[in-house]
Amino acid sequence: MIEGNALREGIHWVGYVDWSVRDFHGYHTARGSTYNAYLVRDAKTALIDTVKGPYAADLLRHVAAYVDPANIDYIVCNHAETDHAGALGEVLQACPRAEVVCNEKCRAALSLHRDTSAWRFRVVRDGETLSLGRRTLQFIDTPMVHWPESMFTYLPEEKILFSMDAFGQHYASSRRFDDEESLDVVLAEAKTYWANIVMPYGKQVAAVLEKAATLDIETIAPSHGIVWRKNLPAILAAYKDWAVCRPHAKVLIAYDTMWGSTAKMARAIEEGATKQGGAEIRVHFIRASNITVLATEILDAATVALGSPTLNRTMMPEMGGLLTYYKGLRPLGKAGFAFGSYGWAKNGPNDVDAALKDLKFERLREPLTANYVPDDSVLDACRDAGAHLARKAVEMAEAFEG
Amino acid sequence: MKEYACNVCSYVYDPALGDPGNGIAPGTPFEDLPDDWVCPECGVGKDEFSPLED
Repeated sequence: MIEGNALREGIHWVGYVDWSVRDFHGYHTARGSTYNAYLVRDAKTALIDTVKGPYAADLLRHVAAYVDPANIDYIVCNHAETDHAGALGEVLQACPRAEVVCNEKCRAALSLHRDTSAWRFRVVRDGETLSLGRRTLQFIDTPMVHWPESMFTYLPEEKILFSMDAFGQHYASSRRFDDEESLDVVLAEAKTYWANIVMPYGKQVAAVLEKAATLDIETIAPSHGIVWRKNLPAILAAYKDWAVCRPHAKVLIAYDTMWGSTAKMARAIEEGATKQGGAEIRVHFIRASNITVLATEILDAATVALGSPTLNRTMMPEMGGLLTYYKGLRPLGKAGFAFGSYGWAKNGPNDVDAALKDLKFERLREPLTANYVPDDSVLDACRDAGAHLARKAVEMAEAFEG
Repeated sequence: MKEYACNVCSYVYDPALGDPGNGIAPGTPFEDLPDDWVCPECGVGKDEFSPLED
């Protein structure tokens, strides 16, 4: 084990780098991921989180580089989800004296995943501490960031926050720390992670950030990706913006198309928005893109145009999937409109419009439609609507700053 | 008596059932829950609840 895995003397990363995962329950993990676990050796030895089930042996091998797993006293479970607790049963077999340290909700959730009747739990409450000798673990409940049982573990003597999924990124690397990586790349992956996993819980994150502001933190060690030890101000500032879906002067245009009519409309909307100026424009043909990317794109877009023609009696299925995804993620405070072509019934664009209403987006106009193929007057209307999207995006970004 | 759903986790407070695990007797309307009552599923406050449509 290279010393590059040391967070401090006696505190090491012992997780698993998953270079090849590309589908994480539907999240397109373009750069793979890591499942981070941390070993803290003191008078007592604690393992903070485990890894995905199939990688239990890898975790144990990494632990064994520092200590016989049989000598682990505590295994802290910050989060019951399978990518962190899946290996727990197998790991416990190698750690016969280890207690599982978690909150009551986590104990219940773990027990609903598997038979835990032989496990020894040490159930902790919010704020409770556990001394390891020279160092202490403090447990902080962080409900709905992003599951009910989610918890942070703080190590005050070393100023390390083990933040579970918060501040994480699906990003495989042989390096462990943010100062060894391109900050732009790590922040981009943190943003994608936020958009796809944490977005529905912005208020809860804001509450957690307030709670964490009282702690003295030098290192944030999440359960996926890179550890933050240099650029904490950058990631904390980003989290503050993302928690409120802060709008940037950015227009998102996403569409599906059958024979190219709705695509033509999309490009005319883009043309109008670009000519208007002042805003960044992003265009996605849904079937050439994916919902993971489109979740990230909408996070900081101020305005959106979503287009689908009518297929059968409604919108096209990929647009339906995207809107269902957005319904769960609940991006806040967006404005925009629906568009699309149709043959004899406007159900496609109308159903997209109804979904925008359900999302509580400010609708800037009635659905923009073309009968079969957009003629010049429709394309002119698209350009005007695109210019409106750009103007509105600039206004919204300025209003937020103001 | 109206049922209320948690905006965050979708838990439904049914006044007929109350929340006995947290000392709320069956038959307690949502409006009468104490201010410090929190969602038994996910821990958010009363302000995160919305009435369910009939």
